[in-house]
Amino acid sequence: MEKLLLLGDEAIAQAALDAGLSGVYAYPGTPSTEITEYIQASHKATGGQIHSHWSSNEKTAMEAALGMSFAGKRSMVCMKHVGVNVCADAFINAAITGVIGGLIVVAADDPSMHSSQNEQDSRFYGNFAMIPILEPSNQQEAYDMVYKAFDLSEAFGIPVMLRITTRLAHSRAGVACRPEKAQNTLHYSTNPKQFVLLPVNARINYNRLLASQEIFVKDSEGSSFNTFIKGKDTSKGIVASGIAYNYLMENFPDGCPYPIVKIGQYPLPVTLLNKLARECDELIVIEEGYPLIEDSLRGLLGLGLTVHGRQDGFFPRAGELNPDIVGKAFGLSVIEQTIVPDIVKMRPPSLCTGCSHRDMFEALNVAYSEKGEASKIFGDIGCYTLGYLPPYRAMHTCVDMGASITMAKGAADAGLKYPIAVIGDSTFTHSGMTSLLDAINEQSPITVIISDNETTGMTGGQDSAGTGKLESICLGLGVSPAHLHVLVPLKKNHEEMVSIIREEMEYRGVSVIIPRRECIQTLARKKKKQQ
Amino acid sequence: MKTDIILSGVGGQGILSIAAVIGEAAVHQQLYMKQAEVHGMSQRGGDVQSNLRISDKPIYSDLISRGKADLVISLEPMEGLRYAGWLNEKGWLVTNSIPVVNIPDYPSDKELKTALDKISNKVVLDVDDMAKELGSTRVSNIVMLGAASPFIGIDYTAIENGIRRIFGRKGEEIVNLNLKALAAGKAVADNMKSR
Repeated sequence: MEKLLLLGDEAIAQAALDAGLSGVYAYPGTPSTEITEYIQASHKATGGQIHSHWSSNEKTAMEAALGMSFAGKRSMVCMKHVGVNVCADAFINAAITGVIGGLIVVAADDPSMHSSQNEQDSRFYGNFAMIPILEPSNQQEAYDMVYKAFDLSEAFGIPVMLRITTRLAHSRAGVACRPEKAQNTLHYSTNPKQFVLLPVNARINYNRLLASQEIFVKDSEGSSFNTFIKGKDTSKGIVASGIAYNYLMENFPDGCPYPIVKIGQYPLPVTLLNKLARECDELIVIEEGYPLIEDSLRGLLGLGLTVHGRQDGFFPRAGELNPDIVGKAFGLSVIEQTIVPDIVKMRPPSLCTGCSHRDMFEALNVAYSEKGEASKIFGDIGCYTLGYLPPYRAMHTCVDMGASITMAKGAADAGLKYPIAVIGDSTFTHSGMTSLLDAINEQSPITVIISDNETTGMTGGQDSAGTGKLESICLGLGVSPAHLHVLVPLKKNHEEMVSIIREEMEYRGVSVIIPRRECIQTLARKKKKQQ
Repeated sequence: MKTDIILSGVGGQGILSIAAVIGEAAVHQQLYMKQAEVHGMSQRGGDVQSNLRISDKPIYSDLISRGKADLVISLEPMEGLRYAGWLNEKGWLVTNSIPVVNIPDYPSDKELKTALDKISNKVVLDVDDMAKELGSTRVSNIVMLGAASPFIGIDYTAIENGIRRIFGRKGEEIVNLNLKALAAGKAVADNMKSR
């Protein structure tokens, strides 16, 4: 059978399609976006057999996926690692309700923060929810794991997490596919208490989840994704999880001399690890992300077992691994730094030429700089976060989705006279609407700029949930019509924009200014399509 | 065989379409391939790179080790210099000569030339100009691929077939234009390589 050349993300999508998926739910987020995009482009989705429309945020996505599972069908919800924070309420409780149709939660971590605010490790969330986690080492395994995870999820009646990292998500390799399965038919739980988490029911469900833990470990120990690989030299025993296994093997092209336990399924396979610990003098744990396995093996007191990893400096505590870091730790000869001529300069990302955010910042900077220290700009997550960089330098905060408005409100509460929030249209509907409501309810003197390019730009131009609805949303929440302005961010309107921002900054209540012009990337793509 | 390639350029130049043709050719030759791409934030006019590995044996790491690359293909000269240090002793740098100046401290032409002169195994060519002569700036990527083709370790005809498969649905005219671009690039490289 011919292999398909797929990104890790695409392999996950293809596996879900082949395994009888009925719906994917997601909000775009690097490095997870391409999973949903691949499904959207499939014949099954364009033919209306599979749900694949973008969700407003990760929480709505998680809940909808659980709803589909409630109705007996297979669903998948995909997000970047920080998206798990957004959906955590639904996610943790989905482990308490359990599932009917198979449910996979894909969390795409971003070690080294290529496109993120932190490098949190989603495996902790999986452990926290007490559900099985699968962690592929390559694209084929990603495919195989998703294909299997639906069965696993249905057999145990529990959501299964698939944890990947940027490097796997955005790397392409040949993938062999398996036979297509039919979708589940509509069917429901026979237990009327299952999805009603009143304390009286939740306690029963929780005890069942606790009792399942032993079963999950047993399955993990027999799983083909957890393997014991023999080695002659027992001075070291290696535990390598997910993609970290590749960096180990890259350094030992003729085979690793040390015994290895390769981890691809959690909870950790205790028997395999015990065997390794007994056979070997010391253990080395190679894992992408936080030292989860390392800490589990060492324990708080570290009694009786020598364990090396990210925690004791054997590997760096922060950042993505690579073959050179792993090779160096094993004392192999590697080049630690490549020589780059002095004339080669940093080339940071920047807003596109002609981008509407540029015209917004040009105007904002004039009005804002007149106020000196009495004004601060609270930013958000999106292309416009690049407004922090020269030439604009127009951003004092960037924390999480929607934080611009609520942080501006908090600073206003503290006494800052002219707080300005800058947020994109998609970020606003993701998590800014409730923030705005808080500010309106307290008449906070903040100026909110919703820089509307009618798309989710940073992740490549996906549909934005609020397109065409922003004014009605703001008015509905209670913004005064006199203080709601829609502008066209173009050079010729610069003066008008400056004066409106200036005026609204003086207003002692919530003003919303919506500079609206389509993202030039999506516009160019549309024009190309029309040709 | 095993060829480790770093593709580099500036976001929006389209290094990934070069990778797509090589990948298509490699897979049809029954070779193993891994190609790590950069998506997201850095695509907005920042520097972008992709690690492309081809081998007749299974490949583990998605990333190439420092000093182990066989080939750097760059659509921009300063970006080529950024990754030239990843090359092994026998490795080649194949780069476009035309700068993308979108930062205030971009090096001068003279500085660029001096730095490039220090690299012995290199092919430097103006793919933008060559593509224009062929009739479309859109094929500058493929001119670059042609210039890199003698160093990839895959038969030239396999790369031609890769182009036929990838551009096939756009019609014969587009296929032929890209094949011409490929040949034009290859001619420059063959010339420089034999020197």
